[in-house]
Amino acid sequence: MISLNRIVNLINQVNRDSVSKKILLTILMLFSSANGADSLFISLEKDNAIAIVNAEEGALVKTVAVGQRPRGLALSKNQNLLYVAVSNDNCIQILDLDSLTIIGELPSGDDPETFALHPNGRWMYVSNEEDSQVTVLDVLSKEVVTIIPVGVEPEGIAVSPNGQWAVSTTETSNMVHWIDTATQAVKASTLVDSRPRAAAFSADSQTLFVSSEIGGSLLRLKVSNQQIDATLKFKVAGVDKALIQPVGVVVHPYKNELYVALGPANRVAVVDSETMMVKKYLLVGQRVWNLALSSDFSQLYTTNGLSNDISVIDLTTMTVTKSIRVGHYPWGVAVKHD
Amino acid sequence: MLFFFRRFLLVYMGGLLFALAQAEPSLIKLAYLSETLAVKKLQSNLTPELLDEGVQGALLAIADNNTTGAFTGQRFQMAHVEQLTRPRIDKVVGELHDKGIQYIVANLSLETLQYIAKQAAIQNMLVFNASVENDDLRQLDCLGNVFNMAPSYAMKADALAQFMLKKRWKKWLLVRGESPQDILYSNALKRSAKRFGLSIVKEKMWPHKHNSRKTTQSDIAVFTQETDYDVVVVADSSDFFGDYLLMNTWLPRPVAGTQGMVATAWHHKHERWGGVQIQKRFFKQANRWMTDIDYASWLAVRAVGEASTRTQSRESPVLKKYLLSDGFSLAGFKGVRLNFRLWNQQLRQPILLAIPEAMVAVLPYKEFLHPRTYLDTLGYDQSESNCQLNQPS
Repeated sequence: MISLNRIVNLINQVNRDSVSKKILLTILMLFSSANGADSLFISLEKDNAIAIVNAEEGALVKTVAVGQRPRGLALSKNQNLLYVAVSNDNCIQILDLDSLTIIGELPSGDDPETFALHPNGRWMYVSNEEDSQVTVLDVLSKEVVTIIPVGVEPEGIAVSPNGQWAVSTTETSNMVHWIDTATQAVKASTLVDSRPRAAAFSADSQTLFVSSEIGGSLLRLKVSNQQIDATLKFKVAGVDKALIQPVGVVVHPYKNELYVALGPANRVAVVDSETMMVKKYLLVGQRVWNLALSSDFSQLYTTNGLSNDISVIDLTTMTVTKSIRVGHYPWGVAVKHD
Repeated sequence: MLFFFRRFLLVYMGGLLFALAQAEPSLIKLAYLSETLAVKKLQSNLTPELLDEGVQGALLAIADNNTTGAFTGQRFQMAHVEQLTRPRIDKVVGELHDKGIQYIVANLSLETLQYIAKQAAIQNMLVFNASVENDDLRQLDCLGNVFNMAPSYAMKADALAQFMLKKRWKKWLLVRGESPQDILYSNALKRSAKRFGLSIVKEKMWPHKHNSRKTTQSDIAVFTQETDYDVVVVADSSDFFGDYLLMNTWLPRPVAGTQGMVATAWHHKHERWGGVQIQKRFFKQANRWMTDIDYASWLAVRAVGEASTRTQSRESPVLKKYLLSDGFSLAGFKGVRLNFRLWNQQLRQPILLAIPEAMVAVLPYKEFLHPRTYLDTLGYDQSESNCQLNQPS
C-alpha cells in the first residue's frame, strides 16, 4: 500500500495552491483508515544496532546488529531498504527490510553522520564531518558522483522536496551552504547562529528551518533569497538557558507547525511556523536528539540519547503518551508504513 | 520611501549571505607568542617534553577559520614568535604592529604577558591569554585588551569542590609543593573549600629533600599518616611528586587536584558534544593529543575568526566590541555557549574532571544555581572582583 506520507509529498509537489491543498489533504485524512501499522527503526549509537519498534503496540520487536556507531538513517524511496550511516566504519550500510540483513554498503567518505536523499531516489548527500565536505552518492550504482567542499564540521543536511537545493550546515563555520543540485556546487552560504545542527524544508520547498545548538535558536530562511527572515530563541521556565540546545527538526507537511528537539533541556518544542512562536513545550526523555512523524502525522517519535528510550507524542492532544526503552544511545529514527 | 526602508530592514534582518566568486580576500593577521620557560623536573625520563604545545591548537584554528573564510572572503594568517627572551620581548610588539598584526595569542608567563599586553594596549592590539591561570590577573590587575581563554585556578578549584561536595568528601588533606604556582593553586583550593563548606583537616608541604634512604614512594605513606580525611587534594603544578600519592597514601583514599583526578580545561578522553571531531582533527595534525594550552589557543584564534566573520571586519576595536556583546558565542565542544565575563574578560567555560584514561565529570553541576548563568558558580564572581571592566557608566 502506498503510504499517506508519499501521497502528501506527491500533492505537495504537484499542487502549489496551499488552500486547495489543505482541503484535499483534510479530505484525504478523513477517509484514510490506518491500514497496517508503522514500524520504527532507531539507530543505537553505542549498541552498534538498529532497534525495531512496533508503533501500534509501542513495543520493541527486535534489535538488528549493524556496523560501528550507527547514527543517521533513512528509508529508500520505495521503503524496502534502510540506509544507515555507520560512522566508525566510514560507510553507509544498506539494510534490507524484508530479510533484515545488510546487503551492501555505500562509499560515503570518512565519518558519515547525517545524510539526505534527493527526491529522484538516486542521489544521496552525505556530510563528512572530519573532512569539511559533502559527498554525493548514487545509491543505485553505489558510486561517488562528486565531492563538494563546505565549512568546518558539516552536520545537518536536507534536500528540498522539489529537488532543487541540498543544504549543509557546518557546526564550526556556523553556516548554511546552499548546494544547487543541478550543478552539484555551493551557490551561496548564509551565516547563521552558533553551531547549526538540523535543517528541514517546508513541504512547498519555499522555506528552510535551521536549529542552532549553542545559539539556542531556530531560524527561518527564505529559499528564494537564502536570507534569514525570522529567529526564534527558545526559553523554558526553570531551565538554564545554556541547557536549551535545539537539535532535530521536523516540519509538518500541511499544518503550519514544526517540532524541535531541545537536547539536554529534555523537551520538544511545538512551533507555529508562521508566527515563529512556541505553542507548547513537551517534557520527554533525556537529551532528546532526533524526531520523526508517524505516517498519518498524528504521532511524533523522539530519540532520547541519555535515557535510552524513545518518547511517543500524540499530536492531537499534544501530550506525551508513552516512552519505550530501546537500547543504548538512541540517535536517529525512521518510520515505515507497513 | 517606505519601500526602501522595508528593503533595508529585510537586508538587515537577513544577516550575512555570501555568494561565491569573492574578490581579493580580506587578510586578518595574528601572532602566536611563546617563550622559553624553565624545563620541568620530570618524574619520568620517558615523558616527552612538548615543544609545540599551544601553537598546534592555534594552527588548527587558523585552518578552521580559513575553511570558513573560503566562503566569507576572509583569510587568516598567523606568525609564530617562539623562544621569546629579552631583549626581543621589548621590541616584539612594535615589530608585530608594523606588520599589521592586531591580535596576539600569548603562551607566556604572567610577567611577560603583562609587559606585552601593556605595550599592545597602546597600539589597540588585543591579547589572548592561553596559559596564565593566576587569579590576580582576573581579580586585581585586569587589562582591558587581555582576554583570558585559560580558566583560572579558582575556576578549577571550585569545580573540584563542587564535585567533592556532591560526593560528601568533606574532609580534605591538602598537600602542596613549594613552587609559587603550587602556593597559588593551594590558596585557590582553600578558598573553594571554604566557599562550599568543606574542611581542610591539615595542610602539608611536600619537602624537596635529598635523602638516599627515602624515595618519594616510600615516604608518601608516612607523610600522609594523619587524622582521618576523605580525600587527598594536591597542588603540584610541576608533577614532581603528586602522581606518587596514588595508591601510596596511609589511608586508602582517592587523590584529586593536579594529579589523580585532575581539574582541566581539556582532556584527551573528552568525547561529548562533538569533542571526538576536534580530537581527531588535532591528532591528525599534531600527532599527539591536545593539551589545555592547545585548547585555549584554539579558542583564541576561533574567537578572532568568529568575531571577524560576524562583523565582516578585521579592526580590533570592532572585534573587541563584538567579543563583549550579547551576540558573541563560541562553540568549544563543551555543550554550552562560551562567552566572556564582562568585568574581567574571562571566558566562561565548564571544567572537566578526569583521571588519566577516563572522564569523570563535567562541572559545574547545573544544580548549583546562579542568577546570571550556572557557569558563574566557577571562580570569583563579579561582586568579589576588583576588576570592573566594561561596566555601564
